[in-house]
Amino acid sequence: MIEANLLGLLNIDSFRHDLIQNIGVAIMSLSVIFVILGLTYFKKWRWLFKEWLSSLDHKKIGIMYIVVAVLMLSKAGFDALIMRTQQALSVGNHHGIVSSSHYQQIFSSHGTTMIFFAAMGLMFGIINLAVPLMIGTRDVAFPWLNSVSFWLFAAGMILLNTSLAIGDFSGAGWLAYPPLSELQYSPTVGVDYWIWSLQIAGVGSLLSGINFIVTILTKRAKGMNLMKMPMFVWSILGSMTLVTFAFPVLTATLALLALDRLIGTHFFTSGGGGNPMMYVNLIWAWGHPEVYILILPAFGIFSEIVATFSRKKLFGYKSMVWAIWAIVILSFTVWLHHFFTMGAGADVNGFFGIMTMIIAIPTGVKIFNWLFTMFRGRITFSAPMIWFIGFILLFSIGGVAGVILAVPPADFQLHNSLFLVAHFHTMIVSGVLFGYFAGIVYWFPKFFGIRLNEKLGKIAAYLWILGFIVAFVPLYALGIMGATRRMDHYSASMGWQPLFIVAGVGVLIIGSGLLAIVAQVAYSIYKHLDYRDKTGDPWDGRTLEWSIPSPAPSYNFSVLPTIKKPDDFWDLKQTNRKVELNYSDISMPKNSYLGLFISAGAFSFGFGVVWHIFWLSIIGLILIFSSIIIRTLDENTEYIITKESLIRDDMKFYGEAK
Amino acid sequence: MDNNLAIKAENSKTYLGFWIYILTDCVVFASLFAVYATLHSNTNGGASAQMLFSMPLALTQTLILLSSSLTSGLAIISALNKNKNKILFWTLATFILGTIFLFLEIREFNHLVAIGDSWRESGFLSSYFVLVGTHGLHIIIGLIWMIVLSFIIIIKGLTIKSMKGLVMFNLFWHFLDIVWIFIFSVVYLMGHMGL
Repeated sequence: MIEANLLGLLNIDSFRHDLIQNIGVAIMSLSVIFVILGLTYFKKWRWLFKEWLSSLDHKKIGIMYIVVAVLMLSKAGFDALIMRTQQALSVGNHHGIVSSSHYQQIFSSHGTTMIFFAAMGLMFGIINLAVPLMIGTRDVAFPWLNSVSFWLFAAGMILLNTSLAIGDFSGAGWLAYPPLSELQYSPTVGVDYWIWSLQIAGVGSLLSGINFIVTILTKRAKGMNLMKMPMFVWSILGSMTLVTFAFPVLTATLALLALDRLIGTHFFTSGGGGNPMMYVNLIWAWGHPEVYILILPAFGIFSEIVATFSRKKLFGYKSMVWAIWAIVILSFTVWLHHFFTMGAGADVNGFFGIMTMIIAIPTGVKIFNWLFTMFRGRITFSAPMIWFIGFILLFSIGGVAGVILAVPPADFQLHNSLFLVAHFHTMIVSGVLFGYFAGIVYWFPKFFGIRLNEKLGKIAAYLWILGFIVAFVPLYALGIMGATRRMDHYSASMGWQPLFIVAGVGVLIIGSGLLAIVAQVAYSIYKHLDYRDKTGDPWDGRTLEWSIPSPAPSYNFSVLPTIKKPDDFWDLKQTNRKVELNYSDISMPKNSYLGLFISAGAFSFGFGVVWHIFWLSIIGLILIFSSIIIRTLDENTEYIITKESLIRDDMKFYGEAK
Repeated sequence: MDNNLAIKAENSKTYLGFWIYILTDCVVFASLFAVYATLHSNTNGGASAQMLFSMPLALTQTLILLSSSLTSGLAIISALNKNKNKILFWTLATFILGTIFLFLEIREFNHLVAIGDSWRESGFLSSYFVLVGTHGLHIIIGLIWMIVLSFIIIIKGLTIKSMKGLVMFNLFWHFLDIVWIFIFSVVYLMGHMGL
C-alpha cells in the first residue's frame, strides 16, 4: 500500500467539510491564532518554553495536563451539545442540524475525547500534582519520562483535533468495533485518526503508570510505610497497577486493527479467517479496567476530602485498602458484561453477571466508610464537600442501574439503549468528573497560592448536580421506552421528543455549571490579593502537602519529612510535636526540550501513517529515537539548590505568615 | 558512603521501573499469544501450521538465541571483573548471534511470502506473522541498543550509568529469550504436531 504520491492520500478534498464542521474548524483555528498573537504581543514565548513546555517539575506538568484536559472537556462538551440539539430536533420530517455521517463522527469523538483526553488528562494532572507532595518527596521517580508521557498525551490530543480540520474522524463509536471499523466499511482515514491518536496517548499513559508505581514504592518519606500512606496514594497505586496491566492490551489491540487496515491482515475482518468478536473481547479486557483506572483516583480524592472536612480520620482505613485491591483484581473478571448479547451461552454470561454484582460490594464498602467518616464529624460544607454529596447520591443511583444491567436477561433488553448511556454517564460524570473537580478545588491553593471563591464554587457544583439529573434521568426513561443509543433521527410517533428536549435543557444547565467553574477561577485570580493562601494549610488539612508553603516551591520540601503516624501532619498539629530542620543542599532535574521533540516525532509518525505519507513517519521515528539516545548520553541533567537559598525561601514564606 | 547509598537507591528505582516495563511487554505478548490461540485454526482454506513450519530451522533459531543469552550473560560477568575489552567482545558476540537469528527469521518470512502464504491469506497467517514479527521487532530494538551501549562503553568507559544500561539490556535480552521459548513451543512445536 505504499503510495507513490509524496502527500499520500492527502488532497484538497480533505479540507472540505459541511457548515457545522467549518464553524468548528474556524473556532479552533481562531483560538490557536489568538493564543499565538497573545504570546507574541506580551513577549511570552521564551517564558512559555523555558518555564513550562520544557519543565520536568511534576507540578508544572500536572498543570499542563489539566489545562489540556479542560480544553478537551469543553470541546467534547460542544459535541454533547450538538448531539442533544440533534436528538431534540430531528423528529419526523425534520432532520436536525447535522447529517447522519457527521453525527456518527460527533458521538465517536465525544466519547473518545472525554475518556482519553478529558478524564485521563485530569486524572494524570491531579496525580502529578498531589502524589509526590503527599508521600513527601521532591519529584517523581523518572522526571524526564514524566515529561515524555505528557508530551505523548499532547501529541495524541493534537492528532485527534487535526481530524476536525483535515479529513474526517472515525464514525465507528468510541471503541471502533470491527467489522465496521475495517477498511471495507470505513474506507476514509477517520478510524486511522482514532487508532493513532489513542495509540500515542496510550503509550504515554503506560509510561506514566510505570513511573507512578515506582514513585510510590521507592520515594516515600522516611517512616511512611505502606499502611501509613494517605488513601489517595493507595488508590493511585491501585489505579496505576491497572494501567500497567490493561494498557498493553490496548496497545496490542489497536496495533492489530491498524495492521488490518494498513497491510491487509485478517485479525478482525468478517472474512478471511478473522474474528471480529475477538476485538470486542480484547478491547474490553482493557476497557473495563479503564473505568476503574478513572474511578479509583476519584475515590481516593473523596477519601481525603471527607476526612479533611469532617475533621476525623478516615473510617475503616484497612477495609478501604482491601476494597481498592479487591476492585483492582475483580475489574479483570467482568469484561464480558459489555457484550452479553455476543451469544457466549448462559453459563459464561452467568459467571460474568455474578462477578459484576460482586464488584459492587467493595464499592459499597467504600461508600459506607465515607458515610461513617462523616458520622459525628464536624463537617464543613465547603465546595469540595458539595461535589462529594452530589457524587454519593448520583453514584449510588448509577451503581444500582449497573447492577440491573449486570443481570444478563435484563441486559438483553437494555443493551445498546439509552438506559446504558445514562448508566455509564452517571458513573463517569458524577463519579469520575465530580471527583476530579472536587480534587482541583481542594488542591488549587497548594499549587497557585490562592483559594478559590467558595460561593461560585458551590453554585458550580449545584448547577452540575441539577443539570446532570435533568439531562440523564430522561435518558433512563427513554432507554426503557426503547430508544437506542447513537440515533440521529426517530419517528414522531414514538413520543420521545419531550423527554429529549428536557435532556437538552439539562445539557444547557451543565454548560452553565462549566461556565461557573471558569468564572470561579477567573474571579479568584482577579481578586488574588484577597484570596491568597498565606498559611499553606487553608483547610486545616491532614496530609503532608499542607505542611509546605503555597504555592509549593519547585523542590516541594526544603527538608524531607519523617513520618511517625498515619495523618502525620494532623498529629503534628494536635500534639505540637517539634520537628528538627536539618537543611542541606539538594539537586533537582534540569529542564529538557527532548519531550517536545518526541512529541513532534510522535505526531509526525501518527499523521504520516494516517495519510500514508510514509517518509513523514520515518522522520518522526528518527526524531523519537535520536531524542532518546541524546538523553541517554546526557550526563549533566541536574542542578543544585543551595542550603542557604532553601532557608531564605522558608523564612520569606513563614516569616510573612507570622 | 552516603554517595554509594544514593547510587544504590537510584539504581534500585531504575531496575524496578524496568522490571515493570518488562511486565507490560509480557502483557503485550500475552495478548498476541491469545490472538494466535484464537486464530491458529482459521486457515481460510489455506496452509496450516503443520504444512508450513520446518522444525530444524526453528530449533536452529532457538539454539542461536539461547547462545546469545549465554554470551550476553558473559558480558555481565566481565563487567563484574571490570574488564572493558571482554564486555565489548561478548556484546559483539551477542550482536552477531542476534543478527543471524534475525536473518533466519526474515528469510523464513520471505520464503512464506514467496510461496504465496503471506499475512494477507488467513487469520492464522496474520497472527503468526504478527506474533513472531513482534518478537523480531524487539530483537531489532535490542540490536540497536547494543550498538548504542557499546559506543557509550567505548567513549565513556565503565561508568555507573553504562553498567546500569548493560544490566537492563541483559534483562531485556533474556526476556526475549523466554518469549521465544513460548513461541517455539506454542507456534512451532504444537504447530508441527498439529495441535
